[in-house]
Amino acid sequence: MAETAAEKSVSGLNIKPMEQFEVVPLFGDALRWYSISNVTLWMALTLAAITLLLVVGARGRALIPTRGQSMAELTYGFTRKMVEDVAGKDGVQYFPYILTLFTFILFANLLALIPMSFSVTAQFAVTAVLALAVFISVTAIGFIKHGAGFLGLFWVASAPLALRPVLAVIELISYFVRPVSHSIRLAGNLMAGHAVLKVFAGFAGALGLGAVLPIFAITAIYGLELLVAVIQAYVFTILTCVYLRDALHPSH
Amino acid sequence: MAEHTDAANGAAESSAGMPQLDFSTFPNQIFWLVVALVALYFIVNRVAIPQIRGAIEDRDQVVSSDLESAAELRAQAAAAEDAYNKALAEARAEAQRIAAETRAEIQTELDAASAKANAEIAARTAESEKRIDEIRESASQSVEQVAADVGAAIVAAIMPDAADEAAVKAAVDAQMKG
Repeated sequence: MAETAAEKSVSGLNIKPMEQFEVVPLFGDALRWYSISNVTLWMALTLAAITLLLVVGARGRALIPTRGQSMAELTYGFTRKMVEDVAGKDGVQYFPYILTLFTFILFANLLALIPMSFSVTAQFAVTAVLALAVFISVTAIGFIKHGAGFLGLFWVASAPLALRPVLAVIELISYFVRPVSHSIRLAGNLMAGHAVLKVFAGFAGALGLGAVLPIFAITAIYGLELLVAVIQAYVFTILTCVYLRDALHPSH
Repeated sequence: MAEHTDAANGAAESSAGMPQLDFSTFPNQIFWLVVALVALYFIVNRVAIPQIRGAIEDRDQVVSSDLESAAELRAQAAAAEDAYNKALAEARAEAQRIAAETRAEIQTELDAASAKANAEIAARTAESEKRIDEIRESASQSVEQVAADVGAAIVAAIMPDAADEAAVKAAVDAQMKG
């Protein structure tokens, strides 16, 4: 509804929706590979939040769980069940890695919704490393567990023989596209949502006190972004489990 | 939002308005990401998972042991009820047995007592009859004596000559028998 108006005014207003994604050093001017940057800060906060939930919250080990412990156990049980259901019983041995991945993305996404925060998971460098780590680990697991038999993943035995080479090429391409889609899906969703929020925020700032419509829009999009934050973390994790299942059971 | 910076690299602007594609920031991001992931993996794997799993296992154990002890208690209750019923049946049987025994005992005692009483009565009756007989005997003897004496006295009074005691006595005897 207000979008066209917003777009028109963007050019006139000084809104920089992408500025929030800039990586800047917190101390000094030069950004070296070891510099403490806003990336460092928000990753540290992400780790602190996870520690607060999974370690401090669950410290009591009470028979009747406290609120914090219930949430920690819920996170634990939810992720474990997802790994077990999707990747199978033998996928459970990779559960610690999956839980690490899930909590990291979930909390990075959620913390990024704090105003003035920095969104770690909207950075392609971060999501690409995560996706590549998953891709390489899963491929390695496949070859270690099944040797050359892992290539059976690309050879669709149930298809007619004539079609199989064609399908093999398609499967191979889709396999190598996985890390790309895996990483861009997460970063793209986060980036788009935060950029839109920023645009509306700039619009609201320009309108001043009469900015009822942009504020309403920001509220609505914020709710949507909250959903996106959780869903994208879930999607990233469940896709990891799916890839893991392919590696553990390559036959279709 | 990042505070405004005259960033060391103006590449952010050059990359079509997408700071994410500024490759000069990649080493920094990747380095810190790897550090964060390794640290997080250790936190999750060494501390969080054992702690949470321990809590869940403890709870499961308590619940299952509670259920077990409940089943045990139920079995105990059932056994106790069985024992109670059995004891009740036994007591009832015992009571009936004792009642029957007592009744039989009383019956025999009663029989013995009545037999003894009958015997006593019979003995007393016999004795009494004997005494009555004796009394009757002695009485008839006395009557005979008195009759003989009276006869002799009458004979002596009427005819003192013919006083023959033996004859009188014989006559009296004959009379008495007749």
